Order: sequence, then C-alpha cells, then structure tokens
Amino acid sequence: MLSRILKILFFGLLVKPLVFLGLGLNVRGRNNLPNNGPAIIAANHNSHLDTMVLMSMYPLSVIDKIRPVAAADYFLANKFVAWLSLNIIGIIPLDRSGKTKREELFSGCHEALDNNCILLIFPEGSRGEPEQMSQLKKGIYHIIKDRENTHVTPVVMHGLGRALPRGEALFVPFNCDVIIGEPVQNYKSSNEFLEQLLQSYLKLFEYCITRNSDPEKL
Amino acid sequence: MFNIPTNSFYAMSTILGLLVIASLTRLFLAWKKPDKDYTELRQRIQSWWIMIIILFVVLVFSQTTAIVFFGFLSFLALKEFLSIVPMRQSDRSAIFWAYMAIPVQYYWISQAWYGMFIIFIPVYMFLFLPLRMVLVGETKGFIKAAGTIHWSLMLTVFCISHIAYLLVLPEKNQAAGPVGLVLFILFMTQFNDVCQYIWGKLLGRHKIIPKVSPNKTWEGFLGGLFTVTLSCGFVAPLLTPLSFNQGLLAGLLISGSGFIGDVVISSVKRDLQIKDSGHLIPGHGGILDRLDSLTFTAPLFFHFTYYLAY
Repeated sequence: MLSRILKILFFGLLVKPLVFLGLGLNVRGRNNLPNNGPAIIAANHNSHLDTMVLMSMYPLSVIDKIRPVAAADYFLANKFVAWLSLNIIGIIPLDRSGKTKREELFSGCHEALDNNCILLIFPEGSRGEPEQMSQLKKGIYHIIKDRENTHVTPVVMHGLGRALPRGEALFVPFNCDVIIGEPVQNYKSSNEFLEQLLQSYLKLFEYCITRNSDPEKL
Repeated sequence: MFNIPTNSFYAMSTILGLLVIASLTRLFLAWKKPDKDYTELRQRIQSWWIMIIILFVVLVFSQTTAIVFFGFLSFLALKEFLSIVPMRQSDRSAIFWAYMAIPVQYYWISQAWYGMFIIFIPVYMFLFLPLRMVLVGETKGFIKAAGTIHWSLMLTVFCISHIAYLLVLPEKNQAAGPVGLVLFILFMTQFNDVCQYIWGKLLGRHKIIPKVSPNKTWEGFLGGLFTVTLSCGFVAPLLTPLSFNQGLLAGLLISGSGFIGDVVISSVKRDLQIKDSGHLIPGHGGILDRLDSLTFTAPLFFHFTYYLAY
C-alpha cells in the first residue's frame, strides 16, 4: 500500500511533469496502447527515460499495473537504486547472466501477467548506441509462447537518446516521438515473431518526425 | 471589468465572439453535411478556444504571469525547433546553454531593461555559444551546428520575446493599456493567416512559391494584405498609440512579414520532409506551426511602433 502511494506520488509529482514539460511527446497511435493486462509493450531502448516516458502515458490509477522488466545485474547492483527500482518503479528483475534456467528466468514475468499487469520489455536487451537499434532478443517470445490472451504491442521511441544518453548526467530537453503500433499477430516460431516485430518497428520509425535530426543527416 | 482597460476588454470580447461564431458555423456545417468528416476543423477550433482562454487568463492575471507565459512559449518553440533539425550529440551542452538564455532574456524584459533585452542574444549569446562548442572540441559539422543553434535562438527566443516587451513599454494609450499592443499584434498576425487562407480558397489561382508552399497564391496574399491593412488602420488607434495612417503602415508590415514568417518555417519543414513540427496542439500541429508568422511580425511591429511612438 505504502509503495503504491509512493509510486503514485513519484509519477504524479516528478515523472509526469518532467516528461510533459521537460521533454514533450509527439504521440502517434495512442489508441493502440493496451488499456489493461495481461499485455506486453515491446519498445526500442535508448535511454533510462524510455521507461519513464512509457509509464507516464498511463493514468496514475493504473500506474502500479505497469511493470518494466529490467536487468538485475544493473538495477540491483546498488542498494538505493535497487530499492527505488523494486519499490517505486516496480521493476521485474531479469537475470542476464544466463545462469538461471529458462523456466525460472521468466517466473516473475508470468506471475505479473497472471495478475493482469502490463509488462514493458526492451527486446534489444540494452540501451546500446544512442538512437540505433541493436539485435532483438527472443525473450518475449518465450514469455508469451503458451499464453494466447497476451499480445505484444510494438512501440518505437525516438529522441530520448539525445535528451539523456547513456553515460551522460546532463539532461537536455528535447521533444521525442512515441509511435505505438498494432499488436504483433500470426507467428509460429520465435524467428517469425522477431521478424514481424522488427518489420513493425521499421514501419513505425517512418512516422517519427524528429528522425531527420540524426547526426548522419547533417 | 477585471481591471482590464476598456478597449482591451472590447477586443477580448470581440475575439471570443468570433470564436463563438466559428464554433456555431462548425456545428451548422456538421448538421448540414452529416456524412462529411469535420474532425480536423473541430480540433482546430477547440484548440483555438483553449489557446485563447489561456492567453487571456495570463494577460489579465498579471504582467509577471504574462512575461513568464511568453518565456514558456519560447521554451516550447525552441525545444520543438531543436528536436526536428539535425543536431550532433556533441552539441547537447551548447543547447543546454541556449535554453538557459530564455529565463535571462525574459528577466531583462521584466526589468524593462531595453538595452540588455536588445543585445543579450545577438551579442552575448551569439558569442558565448560558439565558445561552449569549441570547448567540446568537435569540429566536424561545426558551422552548420553553430548556425542552427543561433538561428533557432533568434527566431524562438529573441523574436518571440518582443511580444512580452510590448507589455513593459510606457503606457501611451490609456484606453487600451499595455495589453492592447499584445492583443493587437497577436490578433492581426493570426487574422492575416486566416484572411490569406480564405482569400486564397475563394480566388486563388496564381501560385507565389510553388516549391515551398503550393497552397500560397497571389490572390490570397494580396486579399489578406488588403483586409489586414484596412483592419489595422481602424483598430490601431483603439489598441495602440498609432494613428489611422500609421496603423495602415503597420498592417502592411504585419501582413507582408507574417507571410514571410509562415513560408520560412514551411521551408524548414520541407527541408526536413515533415508536415508538422510537433503534435502539441490538436488540429494545428506543433507550437512552431502556430508561432511561425509571429517570429517575423512581432519584432518588426515592435520596432515600427517603438520608433514612431516611444
């Protein structure tokens, strides 16, 4: 209960004002955003702000149902960050070391989906270079494989890698695009699933209006 | 009423009246042709209501609120501009300082320090920003990046801040107050956009600059110029210290430069191959799509009036 109140305060007083005033979103396809769980949002990853932006799109009343899946090695390494991540943001820690068996690896995700949560997953697995896509990973496929009621909604974000890139402490305001696509459907294997996800990412990227601002276009 | 000078109160009432007419017309159209989609028109008019109500509230509330409000508009416009134009990752620190110029520029205005208001950006910021970029040390693309940051600061902060400075000029038209000048330039600029659009729709044949804006025609431009010039002649003595004749000249200036501001921002968007600069205002696009003409009309009208009346 206390952590729910803290979460609402954290998002209502800090994250939402920061996202809407400090950043500013160019949202496309808001109707595609799943309203209730179980559901998965698969987004590209450039910045820690990605999670904050996606969560801020939801009203405070359901904010505790939105659970980002995040790297255990990174977010649980430091005591304060671990407390913040687990209790305020409400992350589901994921072991990236490869030591955990697959069945156990996703038990936290399955439990959350059983509780009608909406999971935020970044299938690139890491933030990588600013504004560039890395190889997609198959984890999501294994999470939803036996769950017909759970759909994966692709989301593409652009611009956050400039507002707060990896390894930088200085936050600089920039508008960013958030383009939400239709759920990925009709796949038979993990490769087919990834291929479809990648295709919808590429399609969604075309709607980004801040994309011509990338340095190679200079 | 509400301590608003009489003429400014009438101006605000007129603008709200025009909005009511716009809304009623929209409802009438939707009733007459129920199968046609008027979503964009509805969003456009709704957004006008919201923008104008916010503007009137801040203008009536206090001078400080109004100055902060225009500063915030500058921030939104600068952010939008820098988000769509090509920028190097290494320019982030220079851009951070460009943002920092906003509160400083609007502080000079709140102090009515004219000299500093007029030189702070073109002298101090324009010399400081390249220094900050040199300290980062990335020379590839330096010229373009410096040019882009400077120009964006010029349009969105320096030019827009002229609207706010109108509020702190000494009062020369008691019946309108400082708010009168702001209402005058904002209304006439937007009215010019609307008039050029309507005249263009009615009579438009000969394109002015098909490469930049295929919808802009000589008929639209001249029709707008005529309507706005005449309107400015009649309204200027009520809301500003200008006479009828001076108002006509101001109208020519606003109509001509408003057109230029519009097509300049259009060229920027065309260069980047985007239609809108953002999605902030439903039915209008981004904040720059709304402020485009003002970036040109505001400083030109300000200096015209400043020269003649102050």
